[in-house]
Amino acid sequence: VTPSEGVRRGTGRILGMLESLLALGGLVLLRDSVEWEGRSLLKALVKKSALCGEQVHVLGCEVSEEEFREGFDSSINNRLVYHDLFRDPLSWSKPGKALPGGPLEALRALDKRTGSGPATIALDSLSWLLHHLPCPILCQTLHALSRQDSCPGDTLPGEQVRVLGLLHEELHGPGPLGALSSLAQTEVTLSGTMGQASAHILYRRPRQRPTLQTQWFSILPDFSLELQVEPLLESQPPSDLHTPSVDPTTHLTFNLHLSKKEREAKDSLTLPFQFSSEKQQALLRPGLGQATSHIFYEPDAYDDLDQEDPDDDLDV
Amino acid sequence: MFPELNNLLNTTPEGAEQGKLTLLCDAKTDGSFLVHHFLSFYLKANCKVCFVALVQSFSHYNMVGQKLGVSLTTARERGQLVVLEGLKSAVDIFFRPQEEPHPLQFLREANAGDLQPLYAFVRDALEPVDCGEAAWRCPVLLVDDLSVLLSLGVGPVAVLDFVHYCRATVCREWKGNVVALVHDSGDAEDEESDVLLNGLSHQSHLILRAEGLATGFCKDVHGQLRILWRRPLQPTTPRDRSLTYQYKIQDKSVSFFAKGMSPAVL
Repeated sequence: VTPSEGVRRGTGRILGMLESLLALGGLVLLRDSVEWEGRSLLKALVKKSALCGEQVHVLGCEVSEEEFREGFDSSINNRLVYHDLFRDPLSWSKPGKALPGGPLEALRALDKRTGSGPATIALDSLSWLLHHLPCPILCQTLHALSRQDSCPGDTLPGEQVRVLGLLHEELHGPGPLGALSSLAQTEVTLSGTMGQASAHILYRRPRQRPTLQTQWFSILPDFSLELQVEPLLESQPPSDLHTPSVDPTTHLTFNLHLSKKEREAKDSLTLPFQFSSEKQQALLRPGLGQATSHIFYEPDAYDDLDQEDPDDDLDV
Repeated sequence: MFPELNNLLNTTPEGAEQGKLTLLCDAKTDGSFLVHHFLSFYLKANCKVCFVALVQSFSHYNMVGQKLGVSLTTARERGQLVVLEGLKSAVDIFFRPQEEPHPLQFLREANAGDLQPLYAFVRDALEPVDCGEAAWRCPVLLVDDLSVLLSLGVGPVAVLDFVHYCRATVCREWKGNVVALVHDSGDAEDEESDVLLNGLSHQSHLILRAEGLATGFCKDVHGQLRILWRRPLQPTTPRDRSLTYQYKIQDKSVSFFAKGMSPAVL
């Protein structure tokens, strides 16, 4: 959404950010960090999808079901199906509470459940899955899940599947991060300054150039999103109009200026390698009394003209 | 426990929050005073404590505990405290028959697998039993410290899984608390330590970070403590508050003051 489009939409701009994140479909990658967490934005997107009438499937690995559902009212919770990988993901409990087949099967099962109608799948989190599944298998499963094999024209609007993935940036190297990033249609990197969160959003629309947008926002307790204005940096330096320019050549311990006579002498000096007409004449026509060429040699202080003792170290 | 730290954290033994993961980390200094604080805090709060002590001997913790007003020996005899003394039991493991599962089973294995036996130990120690006697307030797991597991060959994902299961069982199911100490090596080359620290930070509700002063050792100010509240349990409380204080460790207490306001300086 370019700023001008947002202005034309008027009040629609307040909802624009969540809608535009969900509009493209495919994989939406939410990259967060310890300082700027992304789960509240994930929950805001989940709420938005649920309010649009879609079914939302959440694969929860990092928080319990009660904690994820907290803050949602019953209309949203009814549309939310929570697949619990938090309580016993690795089958360590004695009476097995785990989902059968472990994390990979749970992920693949989501594909079959969202057979009909538009659906949103939220993965909380991709970091957990990346730690427990090999990266290539995770990428292949994600690719199949977000139905990117079919061309955008073939997919009916009703069959669009949206995958929201929460990823903790600091936990992974550049390889897996790059692989997941290349799979994503939309990539949101969360950061902020001075207590205000911001999202750097990269849209990869098909057959168009990727567009980058920055939005400042805050998430309210009921997980609706409010756009904010970019905070002014308080420590901005004053503009140049107000500060007088300082002349650096004052208060020096050495002389940078030339007097008139010095300037004339400097200007009239011929540089040794500059080829002027006088030099040309002097070379073409050797002067009177200069039948042979002369060598003018000025010995340096440490030069020794004694050929017998060039190093000057004989104690004679 | 240190009353001044309780004030900073806005908590008392009687009114301690439940269901939280508290992460203690230290960088360029020794953060073990925080472990002693929480150990005595939860014992005074009448909680059942499982203490996985991998770094020091039991008598060391007991001595420091006595200075802070709790007796670990008495608590252990009463059944309030269960201690896994890592230094002692790590040697025991090689003299036991192999069939019996041991919490530190990973020491015997060539490829250090997961920490399921350690989790089983914690679960058995803290499982609430209703047998009619006076119930403890809530179960608490205290680990000193998790970085030792990394240096013993356990992978960071395995340690994160262990903390995940402790969180799921102790925090969520039994409404207890988990407190763990991690070292921040500050070394950019140590990826495993970074993954562990960042992964735990994402899971934590409260992070206490003890840092040495950037200018080096000082007699009157031993370091700086950064307190970060994350993931509030109620959505209405303000998110992500952060405070910074400097501290000085004395014989029986730790005094905290605002940055630059050490009594020695004023």
